[in-house]
Amino acid sequence: MTSPYAPHTEAETEAMLEAVGVDDIEALFDVPDAVAFDGAFGIPAHGEREARREAARLLGRNDDLTEFLGRGHYAHYVPSVVDDLASRSEFLTSYTQYQPEVAQGFLQALFEYQSMLVELTGLDVANCSMYDEATALGEAATLSQRVRSVSGETILVPDHLRSGKRAVLENYADGPGLTVGSYPMADGQADVDALAELCDDDVAMVYAETPTVRGVIEERLADIGALAEDHDALFCLGSDPVALALLERPADVGADVVVGDAASLGTGTAYGFGLGMFVTREEYLRQVPGRLVGASEDSDGRRAYTLTLQTREQHIRKERATSNICTNQAWVALRAAMHAAWLGPDGLVDLAEDCVTRPRDLAERLDEVVGVQSPVHDGHNFREVVAHTDQPAHAVVEDLAAEGYAVHEIGEHMIQVAATEVTAEAEDGLIGALSEVAK
Amino acid sequence: MTIYSQASWTDEDGDRYEPLLSEKASKTVDIEDSPLPDELTRDSLELPAPAEPELARHYTRLSQMNYGVESGPFPLGSCTMKYNPSFTEDIAALPAAAVHPDRPDRTVQGTLGLSYRLQDYLGRIGGMDAVTLQPPAGAAGEFTGIQIAKAYHQHNGDDRSEVVIPDSAHGTNFATAAMAGYDVVELPSGDDGRVDIEALEAAVSQETAALMLTNPNTLGLFERDIERIADIVHDAGGLLYYDGANLNALLGRARPGDMGFDVMHYNVHKTFATPHGGGGPGAGPVGVTEELAPFLPDPHVRQSDGGYEYYSPDHSIGKVHGYYGNWPVLVKAFAYITRLGDAGLADASAKAVLNANYLAERIPYEVPFGPFHHEFVASAGEQDAADVAKGMLDHGVHPPTTKWPEIVDEALMTEPTEGESKRSLDQLAAAFEAVHAEDDGTLASAPRRTAAGRIDQVSAARNPRLSWQSLDSDD
Repeated sequence: MTSPYAPHTEAETEAMLEAVGVDDIEALFDVPDAVAFDGAFGIPAHGEREARREAARLLGRNDDLTEFLGRGHYAHYVPSVVDDLASRSEFLTSYTQYQPEVAQGFLQALFEYQSMLVELTGLDVANCSMYDEATALGEAATLSQRVRSVSGETILVPDHLRSGKRAVLENYADGPGLTVGSYPMADGQADVDALAELCDDDVAMVYAETPTVRGVIEERLADIGALAEDHDALFCLGSDPVALALLERPADVGADVVVGDAASLGTGTAYGFGLGMFVTREEYLRQVPGRLVGASEDSDGRRAYTLTLQTREQHIRKERATSNICTNQAWVALRAAMHAAWLGPDGLVDLAEDCVTRPRDLAERLDEVVGVQSPVHDGHNFREVVAHTDQPAHAVVEDLAAEGYAVHEIGEHMIQVAATEVTAEAEDGLIGALSEVAK
Repeated sequence: MTIYSQASWTDEDGDRYEPLLSEKASKTVDIEDSPLPDELTRDSLELPAPAEPELARHYTRLSQMNYGVESGPFPLGSCTMKYNPSFTEDIAALPAAAVHPDRPDRTVQGTLGLSYRLQDYLGRIGGMDAVTLQPPAGAAGEFTGIQIAKAYHQHNGDDRSEVVIPDSAHGTNFATAAMAGYDVVELPSGDDGRVDIEALEAAVSQETAALMLTNPNTLGLFERDIERIADIVHDAGGLLYYDGANLNALLGRARPGDMGFDVMHYNVHKTFATPHGGGGPGAGPVGVTEELAPFLPDPHVRQSDGGYEYYSPDHSIGKVHGYYGNWPVLVKAFAYITRLGDAGLADASAKAVLNANYLAERIPYEVPFGPFHHEFVASAGEQDAADVAKGMLDHGVHPPTTKWPEIVDEALMTEPTEGESKRSLDQLAAAFEAVHAEDDGTLASAPRRTAAGRIDQVSAARNPRLSWQSLDSDD
């Protein structure tokens, strides 16, 4: 079989070979015999229909569960128009905008995305994406080492930080020789008094999240920011664009860097596929990792957009670059911006308010279930609620799965339930199933 | 000769193109009567509020002011801008593919099964014993690979401080080595554009953690001395890292594992046809030899009783992505490989190499190094390569990568990929010819037929305006 995506007819191939001056394409491969391969991977070819069937067959082994899952990866309703517009091939099949004159459309869309993050955070500079929240956090940690006002080599994170995020941070911290330490959480939020005890001049960055991994809105962000500032450390805040539409602006609580997963807008559940937000202060502009889109003028004197400050980047600065990132998540950022624009400020604030009231209401309903006490934490919820189960949480989660529902097991007798508008109609069913399995 | 005019929308006042969303429909909402106490909320939020018809028109216009693989030839060197088959999008969008990453293994056997199959396919294609799918891009794959090399050496009580990289390598290689805490030893290329064996012997030592190599290299040249290179690095106790950016040149002809490479990354958005999405997402799976498999990222998929499970490799480096990498991209790559199989993959490389050789034959610019494979680097000679690129834009083709690698003067790094027909290559050749014949003055004012004219890079960097908030009212 030939590749169905190579358009050559036999006659054209012959004409091209003649122009090149060889009889056979194989003559063009300059591979020594000792390392040549016979081409037998053992991978069978399929027609398009058969390939689709095969993928659907494999994926069909996934259990069909209604997911009340979150802890960093969230599902919101994505309007059809996002898929439709983002799938336009001029967007989807384009490359990084190294020739801005033919890439104004994508550049403008990314400029708009950056601007939305500037509005949401109150900070000055957003890059046009990192891979995900965890790698953005890693990049923030390395940024702390390039900022002159910061001394110290310890990154402090909450002890309940999702393990995957911490593991990524540890890898980014390894090269520059940073130490990752943790401070305790109390009742789902940072234990700020304990953090104060731990903060000293060896701290380079303090990381906090709102909402926290337990789905609780952090109430003492300004105190955390002040602690970081007192010790010449950066304050890095983890959040997401939906929460930021309603919560205190990061700039107002002293955040120096905001990271988070912005794929909660524009991309539904996709097995952890993310969009790393990275927003910071103007004074760190020259140390920012990743690509930046800026406004300029073209030869006709009209405003036009281009990638800028590229001397920070690997293709120019090589080993002195601010990061090794090249390919990013531009198309995911495009989707997030489209979704935010579709919602508008009213829709985005409404969505954020729903993320506050829905888990609050669900907590009350969970609490009415025999064998369940909820909420475990006193603070304000965002999207998620933690509940105590009299039965072992493992058994409760397993039994719920058998009933068609997925929730998190986070302790011997603790479950975490995420609830957004996507699962609204399934809440009754969840409560019903839990009533059966939790008593 | 193809005549081209890119669509362009100019606003009525004439000093900008399509207005920003914020200029069309901005709205401020005060946060009042929220379910939270006032001290926990912001005061207001100002964002665009276009109605859906306006939104659709905005982004459709922006798309028209953007050039993709489906717009025309896109021979951007080292980027492998091949056609992205539509059906892979549908597979990635299957509801069964869209599960939450915190689901227990046994409830997502389909996801694990597809991952396992893709790991296996990539292992076969690269000649590697084990493959992780976690790195979300090529550079992330490099970082994963170098962290694996570092962990391997440390596990053996062998602290090494240097990574050796040829001067023609991708910038990411240098940045990756530095990110992992290594000193970079830059290796000058030999006169033939390949690794200079004497220079390599001088550069490699007990401090060498790894040599990072692209093969064929960025000039499209196969490193014919690869076995000797591998011996030199291995004899010094170092590892050999394969940058997979150019794997589209070799499918079915040679495998990195057989050449002596210990660790490699695959760029699935290049070799396996997943769309580049205006700069991403990609995916950068990493393959390793059996000896390095215990150091792979956590978790890894393996077969279990009648199914699949995640496990943590014994000496895992930990994680390089918060979850499992860019899953939808991996699904598209799986679909592409499944569609093509052995023969289709081999044919993709054959046509890619034929196309590069045919195009090189047809253009008026000198190609100093050969024999090349899927890409070649021509020299613009007396012309400025950046101007040549701008001139080509006016002919409805995307230009090559320019001014890199630096070992060719005014480089035009050209990779037409297998997706271009003879007719489209002839269009490309005609564009090269037309620009070659133009004088410098004309080229300096190019492009004229694109959505925007030549953009002032200097003032963009000197006076950074990176958001609509930073624009003056008269901007």
